[in-house]
Amino acid sequence: MGGFSAQDLTAIFVMQGFAGLSFFSVLLLMALGLAIIYGQMRVINMAHGEFMVIGAYASYLLSGALRHLPAGTDIAVLLAIPVAFLAAFVAGYLIEWLLIRHLYHRPLDTLLATWGLALIMQQGFRSAFGAREVSVPVPDWLRGSYRPTMIIDIPLNGLAIMLLTVLVTAAVWWFLYRSRWGLRVRCTTANREMSGAVGINTKRVDRMTFAIGCGIAGIAGAAFTTISSTGPTSGSLYIVDTFLVVVFGGAGSLIGTIASAFSIAQAQSVMEFFMGGSMAKVLTLLTVIVILLLRPEGLVASKVRR
Amino acid sequence: MSSNTDFLLAIEDLTVSFDGFKAIEGLSFYMDKNELRVVIGPNGAGKTTLLDLICGKTRATEGSIKFKGKELTRMSEHRIVWEGVGRKFQNPSIYEGLTVFDNLEASYPRGRGVFGALAFKRDEEVVERIRQVAREIQLDDKLEQEAGLLSHGQKQWLEIGMLLIQDPELLLLDEPVAGMSLSERLETAQLLKTIAKGRSVVVIEHDMAFVKSLGGKVTVLHQGKILAEGAMEALQQDRRVIDVYLGH
Amino acid sequence: MIKLPGFLRGRHGGPLGILILAAVLLVAMPALLDLYRLNLAGRYLTYAFVAVGLVLCWGYGGILSLGQGIFFGVGGYAMAMFLKLEASDPESTRIQTTPGIPDFMDWNRITELPWFWVPFESLAFTLVAVLVLPAAFAFVIGYAMFKRRVSGVYFAIITQALAVVLTILIVGQQGYTGGINGITDLRTLKGWDIRDESAQYLFYYLNAVLLIGCVLLGRWVLNGKYGRILTALRDREDRVRFSGYDVADFKIFIFCLAAFMSGIGGAMFTLQVGFMSPSFVGIVPSIEFVIFAAVGGRLSLLGGVYGALLVSYAKTLFAEAYPQLWQVMIGTVFILVVLVLPYGLASVYQRYGKRVLSRLKGSRRAPPPPPSSLPQDSATEGRR
Repeated sequence: MGGFSAQDLTAIFVMQGFAGLSFFSVLLLMALGLAIIYGQMRVINMAHGEFMVIGAYASYLLSGALRHLPAGTDIAVLLAIPVAFLAAFVAGYLIEWLLIRHLYHRPLDTLLATWGLALIMQQGFRSAFGAREVSVPVPDWLRGSYRPTMIIDIPLNGLAIMLLTVLVTAAVWWFLYRSRWGLRVRCTTANREMSGAVGINTKRVDRMTFAIGCGIAGIAGAAFTTISSTGPTSGSLYIVDTFLVVVFGGAGSLIGTIASAFSIAQAQSVMEFFMGGSMAKVLTLLTVIVILLLRPEGLVASKVRR
Repeated sequence: MSSNTDFLLAIEDLTVSFDGFKAIEGLSFYMDKNELRVVIGPNGAGKTTLLDLICGKTRATEGSIKFKGKELTRMSEHRIVWEGVGRKFQNPSIYEGLTVFDNLEASYPRGRGVFGALAFKRDEEVVERIRQVAREIQLDDKLEQEAGLLSHGQKQWLEIGMLLIQDPELLLLDEPVAGMSLSERLETAQLLKTIAKGRSVVVIEHDMAFVKSLGGKVTVLHQGKILAEGAMEALQQDRRVIDVYLGH
Repeated sequence: MIKLPGFLRGRHGGPLGILILAAVLLVAMPALLDLYRLNLAGRYLTYAFVAVGLVLCWGYGGILSLGQGIFFGVGGYAMAMFLKLEASDPESTRIQTTPGIPDFMDWNRITELPWFWVPFESLAFTLVAVLVLPAAFAFVIGYAMFKRRVSGVYFAIITQALAVVLTILIVGQQGYTGGINGITDLRTLKGWDIRDESAQYLFYYLNAVLLIGCVLLGRWVLNGKYGRILTALRDREDRVRFSGYDVADFKIFIFCLAAFMSGIGGAMFTLQVGFMSPSFVGIVPSIEFVIFAAVGGRLSLLGGVYGALLVSYAKTLFAEAYPQLWQVMIGTVFILVVLVLPYGLASVYQRYGKRVLSRLKGSRRAPPPPPSSLPQDSATEGRR
């Protein structure tokens, strides 16, 4: 790293670190949903990125509808989060009923079927919204940036997404570990037959779990619109990374998922500065794969007597 | 140098902990050649874990397992099989889609490497050996039947047969009569006695009548430790055994 | 619990299927198709190599690789590198800044042939590389994963990530690889024009013969004890392990064999099509290979061949005329195959075709029962 002074390096790390935080936020929001779906139901949802895109298009439509109202953009940005969640939730609910429920216990087959689903959904987006990317107007108060020193510049939308991510993560934690629903979900994961026997409607639990996972992807989509424009295939760009995040974190572990999203996003972001995007991605992916081989159970292993 | 070498199987100070919980703790266990040993104990006593440790399915945290003087704790599972340890699982674990014959052939101890398996030929010797084992487990008239269609008891026997064909020196049987009818139990007891000639057998069992019918020394496990050891008749008088397991 | 379909229980196929395949590939298609279409069919058949490999490792071994494009690509690129070097002799590249190196290197201001290109000046080395490199790659990947008991879903995701890595590398390192356009403008093989009519016919036949060879090789592997152990470990890995087999070795072997076949397919692709590009390496082609095997029947080697032909043909038919319709169609095919036809077209043949055949032959043998249930992927939980 010759040619950079210590001060430069610090600034680079801080700025790239913050750039990484936006990436981290989107990755984590995506991965949370996927981790719930994979961790709890062993379903490989290859169409997860498309549920994110549903959320993104939902916020796009919403902002279009509210455009003419006074302060419409401001309301739209806030309202987009529940609307995006709901849109993706409903879509997920339907998909579970139509497709996923027939494929439990066949994880490799869900992978193929949801890949097909992803292709269909992408085409659906293209027909409905066109192949060109659309963007959502961002209100002024999200446009500026925060400058603690001369050379450090942190965009506010990034901070907002961070905040959102923290809130959603906390909500997921509460849902899984503190709510009645979460208890049922965890029961079903641990022992499906027994859960059924003690009166848990496991089918309903599955459907809700899947739908909520998709709903969180929808929120990721809403967040995504504030930092980037959305196209029909935007979601598929993230799917491989997201899967690696879930696997790397150790399926079924919330802490693991957070830690792995953070390290992957940061590694990529910092390396990007020194070697360019594509090599940074190659190195990040390879590193994750190698670590996974050394520690196949992921960062945080589930503790079960086997 | 130690007396270990006299035993076929010598387990010393064996401990395995799952994230702090010790399923087996400081256990020492010895077996002679040609011995039939029954392991009993309440649920969660560590019986299945003990078998898992011997056959390499679970790895010990501490301690040693010596089989014919060789350390097993770091040996890979298939090597342990090659050394002569056969393991039967609690639920019948057979290849349901294959015929009884194919099941037995798949366990035949030749062609165990990739290239050995590719070059494997079904010759007279193989067929003869398979027939012989099939007679022992009373499935010689069902060789061409699909294994998935066998009765529960027959599946258990088939799995035992799949181990017998490898002629192991130590056979580990996890509840071989679970889910069997009374007549099947009697036949299995007979089968086990035949099998036990010329090799050592460890049987985990819950059914006291069956344990008695087997004869042989009994080890009582409780909370990952050995509570008592001896003949069944003696153990039935043992206060501690009655308290934790047999009941009053 | 696990009831296997008829064509798994018995030994694998008689000579009839192979004879029909040979008749279709070697007689019917060359007789009925013009050269353009025959070349197209030949291109589809190169995918069939991958599909046959996937039937072996996914269908029978339970190992779903979403990165078969890697091996197709390695084989294809190896061949393309040789052809490119031949096309870049100093005479025909004299207008370049550095004559004698491939044009894309010159455009990227590379002035010397990179070291890993040098051996590809030799045809012998190239042919060995085509046969050995894909399997060697697969060995490294397989060894690292299977020895550590990574399987099932994890294996699928990691191989997919590896396909992404390789694509990014190829696209990103344009100076060394030709980038997104790939290696193009391949003309001659040892001075012999590969775009020539006779060459095209020859490659087609060579391709078909090699493919039939791969199917036969696959059959031989499945028919023996190895094949039974392979299916056994797909369904009951622990029992196989505790019967004294090193499960990892068995998986590594079949994965390498599948890669070996894919590599041949890739090289034949380059020869017949005249270029190789990263669009045959990444996620999308890799998963398309899986759909070929799935449509044909994941437990049928012949099905893999027909699946590749059929789906690719449909793609050509629809993708150009109605690209949007095509994407929905292929998506639907994915879903339908998994939901209602998990054993693909081979199971349809098994259920109805056999009956018709046996009636024709007048034999009274009852048709085998239809495949009733899928083997559950319980062994594919990912890890121990």
